[in-house]
Amino acid sequence: MFGIMGTIPKEDMPTVGGGAMMRDGRLTVDDQYVPVERGTAALIGAAAKTSEVIGIPAPVAYIAGDTGRGLGSRSLYKYMIDVFSEEYFNTFTFHYLQPIVHCHTRLQHVIRDMKRKPFTIADAGFMYVAKMSGYARMYDLFTPDIGELAFLADEAAPHPFYTRGFILHEENRIEDLITRAYKNSNAARFLLVKGRKDCLSDGEGILCEVDSPVEEAMEAIGGTGDTLTGILSALISSGMDVKDAARIAMKTNRLAGSYARPTPATQIRDIINHIPKALEDILSQ
Amino acid sequence: MLLEDLFRRKQKGNLPGANECADRGIMVFDHTGDVIQAEDILRKGGWEVRVMGPPPEIRTGCDLVIEFPLIEELNILRVLENERIIPIGIVPVTGPLLQPVNLFHTKDFGDYIMVRAANMKLTVEKKTGIIVNISGGGCPDVPFLASRMVGRNLNEAPSPRSIGHTLCGYALQLAYEEVQRRCSE
Repeated sequence: MFGIMGTIPKEDMPTVGGGAMMRDGRLTVDDQYVPVERGTAALIGAAAKTSEVIGIPAPVAYIAGDTGRGLGSRSLYKYMIDVFSEEYFNTFTFHYLQPIVHCHTRLQHVIRDMKRKPFTIADAGFMYVAKMSGYARMYDLFTPDIGELAFLADEAAPHPFYTRGFILHEENRIEDLITRAYKNSNAARFLLVKGRKDCLSDGEGILCEVDSPVEEAMEAIGGTGDTLTGILSALISSGMDVKDAARIAMKTNRLAGSYARPTPATQIRDIINHIPKALEDILSQ
Repeated sequence: MLLEDLFRRKQKGNLPGANECADRGIMVFDHTGDVIQAEDILRKGGWEVRVMGPPPEIRTGCDLVIEFPLIEELNILRVLENERIIPIGIVPVTGPLLQPVNLFHTKDFGDYIMVRAANMKLTVEKKTGIIVNISGGGCPDVPFLASRMVGRNLNEAPSPRSIGHTLCGYALQLAYEEVQRRCSE
């Protein structure tokens, strides 16, 4: 089973878990309608579309409403302690959550004690809390963008807001930032860095890179990193090797963006609709 | 048996290097009276805060500080400002000398301009001033802020400072101010 956990920006959204379905541009989780906007909804939507194309069961999503007060995040952290005690996942992706160290630590201890540990992917707020609490190396994959990579590379910063200037200045030197993140144990086993050139690396260095097609506007579109993480998560859950999954996911996300003929004003749902064709095209190459 | 227990306990404990106070911040005030009032307001608001002595790196303010959930800085600051209690400094517990990001990256797309502050990006159509996209970030108020701001003019959209809650919201506020500055040039 492939699971995803994250918050949705609606205060009245209950804490629920269930199969994620994407039909006619509408996303539902356990029969709850979820607007497909940037963030965890975009990740779930991309993962659901990918799962359909490659013929694996739809992801199981665990969501809660949170607009930044942290109440939904706290509820979800607590909810997942029970879920991880009872369910088996081969792959699990952690996404938009309020970074709360003691909640993360409790959840991490449950995961660590599991007899069969899932392949764990962390992005967004959950990646921040994994790094800030000193647990980064307990995860299999982080998916930062360039700004977030600088945060991982800065051993002193508790949040990207406090990344030091001399490290931010190094943003064009991605390999140096990756090395620094691994040196200070602030990286997962693999890092997929999203940027003008996407790359997968481990502690030994860069494993593969994808830099085409290039659509400059993609950088401005909220959710393009979320869709990449969603596609990648689904591919990994199918049993695909991480390097192959990363290469296919990076190409598919770029191609889906290209098919949408994006401008900086394009919205992420327009790109998600192109994921099935882009993935089919990449898989048939 | 004893060794086995010890091993199990060690395994269940935190990792070496784990930092349980990494998400905490320190607020510095001029006067002890402000500390007491701020503590009262924040406790009533449901936040976990505590009054303590300042770390040695902090050389300004009175001899008490408030430890608080750093991630919620934007929301907490707004609550205190509404009560006219203004801290003179806010720093992370783990790095009292750290400063908020002050580097901006700007990208010109022709009809659009994008400004990035830390992990947050905000893009505006130059001709109309309409916010067309917000990307980056990882705290739960980012998708919320985007849903309230995208599609609205810079002058009409609510500012992240007024409706955001977290450090990502704060970074977006900096990008928002920088875009406003550039669009007014």
